[in-house]
Amino acid sequence: MKLRSVLVANRGEIAVRIIRAARALGIRTVQVYSAADADMLAVKLADEAIEIGPPAPKKSYLNIEAVIEAAKRANVDAVHPGYGFLSENGDFADAVVAAGLIFIGPSGDAIRLLGDKVAARTVAEKAGVPTVPGSDGRISSLAEALSVTERTGYPVMIKAAAGGGGRGIRIVNDACELETQFPQASAEALASFGDGGLYLEKVITRARHVEVQILGDGKNVVHCHERECSLQRRRQKVWEEAPSFLLPSEVRQKLCDSAVALARSVGYRGAGTVEYLYDDETREFYFIEVNTRIQVEHPVTEMITGIDLVEEMFRIAAGAPLSIRQADIKVRGHAIECRINAEDPRRGFMPAPGKIERLDVPEGEGIRFDTMLYEGYVIPPFYDSLLGKLIVWGEDRAACLVRLSQALERLRIDGVPTTIPLHRALAADPQIAKGAFHTRFLETWLETEFAADGGRAAEVA
Amino acid sequence: MSKHEIRSPLPGTFYRSSAPDVPPFKTDGDPVSSSDAIGLIEVMKTFQEIQAGVAGGSIRFLVDNEEPVMAGQVIAEVEQ
Repeated sequence: MKLRSVLVANRGEIAVRIIRAARALGIRTVQVYSAADADMLAVKLADEAIEIGPPAPKKSYLNIEAVIEAAKRANVDAVHPGYGFLSENGDFADAVVAAGLIFIGPSGDAIRLLGDKVAARTVAEKAGVPTVPGSDGRISSLAEALSVTERTGYPVMIKAAAGGGGRGIRIVNDACELETQFPQASAEALASFGDGGLYLEKVITRARHVEVQILGDGKNVVHCHERECSLQRRRQKVWEEAPSFLLPSEVRQKLCDSAVALARSVGYRGAGTVEYLYDDETREFYFIEVNTRIQVEHPVTEMITGIDLVEEMFRIAAGAPLSIRQADIKVRGHAIECRINAEDPRRGFMPAPGKIERLDVPEGEGIRFDTMLYEGYVIPPFYDSLLGKLIVWGEDRAACLVRLSQALERLRIDGVPTTIPLHRALAADPQIAKGAFHTRFLETWLETEFAADGGRAAEVA
Repeated sequence: MSKHEIRSPLPGTFYRSSAPDVPPFKTDGDPVSSSDAIGLIEVMKTFQEIQAGVAGGSIRFLVDNEEPVMAGQVIAEVEQ
């Protein structure tokens, strides 16, 4: 299969990242853009750029017809979907293939299978991967729900089968609440997702979010070890690390092996991530979901393994077998990524678009900044607030934190509010240094530690 | 009779209703009171409610649903 040119069907920092990987492999790049994105960095870097519609995502980056039309016009061999937008849309993957092009990712069928929460849970169970205790697939009645809770105990989450991304979830603490909430949840799911299907999952309190990076070529699957992504706000990751340093080594091995078993059971092709909750106290891990695309936080894995995941995606898509064997994928040192958003952490994380007046990027060994910013760039208000990702590597976690603090001091973005002060405070926090956190840690910390000094202490350089 | 202009405080996308499948907050010709919501502005995936800020006998919209707006752009006029 020839892969000499690619259409980048995304925007922002990930479009820049994909173009750099393509360029390293000698692949011609064609960047699509909306009317609001004519000045974005990826447009300037690509060999060619094609406007595909108005600013609203559904009229441009989510418009399957417009993207396919651009790919045909540009006469490319392949389409890279990045993350978000159409990256996990099975119909888009099918449309790319139907147009005679290579979709850089798994098949439409694999995306649909693993994208359905209930189906993915069944796939995991069949592959021997532990799932969060709960119902066996969909439940049809309150009586069935009540009998499930006799097994799982409370609290439980009522989840919409068609939900996702934190939407369509209710937590109930006893049978009485379940009786009231179950019919409401069903009606709500039907109204929101056009599918009233529900399932139950036990709430794992004080869990860590740990995820495994996988690469598959359709036959063989390897893992590139795990990431620790527990620091979240409103279910959005804020700070990610690799490896998950407090995981006992036998648990780490079982976790990574289970991700490989799951991916192998569906003949997975491309880069993907299997997400888990890990309970420090019981040392149990539970499957949550599979993301069938490159993830925002992929650079921490690249920093500790030396593997370029986006380049690997291109090689796999071109039909090459995996170029790396499991035994060759070694972890070296520790990496942390800070997501720098155009949000004001002192004012409820209010986002603000605007013009970048000045940009100072730290450089040096073990420091990487993935971004779409340049001085004079005007950030449009129509898309998410991610400006860039500061990724820092160190020989061990302590060295990584020292280097991270220094890099954060030198990173300067003028013109819009950013989350840099939040990351400076986190990098200096003793609990973070100990690694004593879980998925609910950050929201509490923001209300107590960060609110107490207004985040200002960390700003005194 | 005077006309009062309601301007967008932020750049973003203007929405006439709180969700895709519900009726608009206000339609042309409706009376408004100062605290009435007249629309939402979406800025970087967060939503801010826009209030009339003024009472009047009749509102007229100058921006369509889901249209991009600039900061300071007039969204609607209210006849007082």
